[in-house]
Amino acid sequence: MDRLKTSLCGIELDNPVIPASGTFGFGYEFAQWYDINCLGTFSFKGTTKEERFGNPTPRIAECAAGMINSVGLQNPGVERVIAEELPKLKQVFRKNVMANVSGFSVEDYAYTCEKLDREEQVGWLEVNISCPNVHGGGMSFGTDPKAAAEVTAAVKRVTTKPVIMKLSPNVTDITEIAKACEGAGADGVSLINTLQGMRISLRTRKPVLANVMGGVSGPAVFPVALRMVWQVCRAVKIPVVGMGGITTAEDVLEMMMAGACAVEVGAANLTDPCACKTIIDGLPAAMDKYGIRNLEELRI
Amino acid sequence: MKQLILKVWENDRIAESVYRMVLEGPELEEQKPGQFVNIRLDGQFLRRPISVCESEAGMLTIIYKVIGRGTEALSRRRRRDTLDVLTGLGNGYDLSKAGDRPLLLGGGVGVPPLVMLARKLREQGKDVTAVLGFNTKEEVFGETAFRMMDCKAIVTTVDGSYGMKGFVTDALPEDYSYFYTCGPEPMLKAVYRKTLTSGQFSFEERMGCGFGACMGCSCRTITGYKRICREGPVLEKEEILWTD
Repeated sequence: MDRLKTSLCGIELDNPVIPASGTFGFGYEFAQWYDINCLGTFSFKGTTKEERFGNPTPRIAECAAGMINSVGLQNPGVERVIAEELPKLKQVFRKNVMANVSGFSVEDYAYTCEKLDREEQVGWLEVNISCPNVHGGGMSFGTDPKAAAEVTAAVKRVTTKPVIMKLSPNVTDITEIAKACEGAGADGVSLINTLQGMRISLRTRKPVLANVMGGVSGPAVFPVALRMVWQVCRAVKIPVVGMGGITTAEDVLEMMMAGACAVEVGAANLTDPCACKTIIDGLPAAMDKYGIRNLEELRI
Repeated sequence: MKQLILKVWENDRIAESVYRMVLEGPELEEQKPGQFVNIRLDGQFLRRPISVCESEAGMLTIIYKVIGRGTEALSRRRRRDTLDVLTGLGNGYDLSKAGDRPLLLGGGVGVPPLVMLARKLREQGKDVTAVLGFNTKEEVFGETAFRMMDCKAIVTTVDGSYGMKGFVTDALPEDYSYFYTCGPEPMLKAVYRKTLTSGQFSFEERMGCGFGACMGCSCRTITGYKRICREGPVLEKEEILWTD
């Protein structure tokens, strides 16, 4: 199936479909539903220096054509991710995996990235400077070009593998952040993380999420994501991974026509555990329908 | 865990806003008491997790209350409609700790998972007592199911319009070997305080996926973080940490 091949920061992918961080755990939960080796790769659960429980529940709300989460980066911390999660991941996934990293200071990011960079199976580091659900970190690095550049440079100094900066849509001009990351040495950018949103329960008259606000994802955000990917692809020369509300093979093609070299699929994994497999299986027919011989021809 | 397309066999209103749906499918395996299924509905992005009331190979029954748009859509499904269902989710109750005289405590739509549990315990020859709590007479269901299994069944209503007036915890028998409970959180907290033996609690939480991927339904326990959908929904009394 060479027509699905693409590459991301110099590493070849069998296909462009990558489950997004936070919707795919460390892979093994999904290996019970299908052989996850059909994926291009996947981005594992956002990992921080220390263990995190995350935010109080309820952490999940629904909205029209999507959902809102305020999980808040629950993860066992980088030491245990390396000691416990990656060995389990290796048993079900043979390919390079994308390590997703978050932090609360520039030093945090560098510390966690340096550790994960040494792991053989890690192919890329995806640095999340866009989590809307944690205070004093995450998104605050992704909404200021200077801070974004600082994190990028600090991570690049201590790592050898491609560094992909994951960007927030909750900014005035996402291209400014993308350009700052590129200028600081980022090998790629991925976008968009979730859009900040909330719901109020008519019954209780109170916010549904215990954290009040959360991140909106799902098909509802697809046009916004597509627009931002389009803009960023025209503002930077480094590879762009497009994500936000992708649920079908057609969405993948549309995102690649905007300029993305690969795509991440998030919320769809939660409503249909086999979503990514279905999307991959559906790509050849969707490409035939629109006269696309191979995905390479879609690259701008 | 299996993703199956199941056919609706029946879907009838059995009490105020409460429906019983029977689903069938040849690939369907028997579920464990206390497990749940996660149902996809047209027009709703997230699935709806519903506990299993009864189950055998090829068939399962759920009893659910219409609360919001999802359960409202579910109540409109008709015989021969099909539903995309994730089955075999959650840990379920551990029957091995029941002792000779287990007590089952259910509140509202917390009653359904206790039905299959009662049947399994009766098949093991246990002497089962069930206390079923509701707000008012119009909401009462399930009493006959327990009686038909030769369980002792006590019904309580908050307004006293049916059975004993009061809460489930006002009707606790003096003598029981162990307990199993499911119901709204205030009831679970009262059960936690007023029960004398060890027992198991089934919890409800808003879920993203229902199969352990999203960390949407995590809780703290004495033995560490757990996902209600995966390490739960059933927790042992000794490991529970109430959040407030």
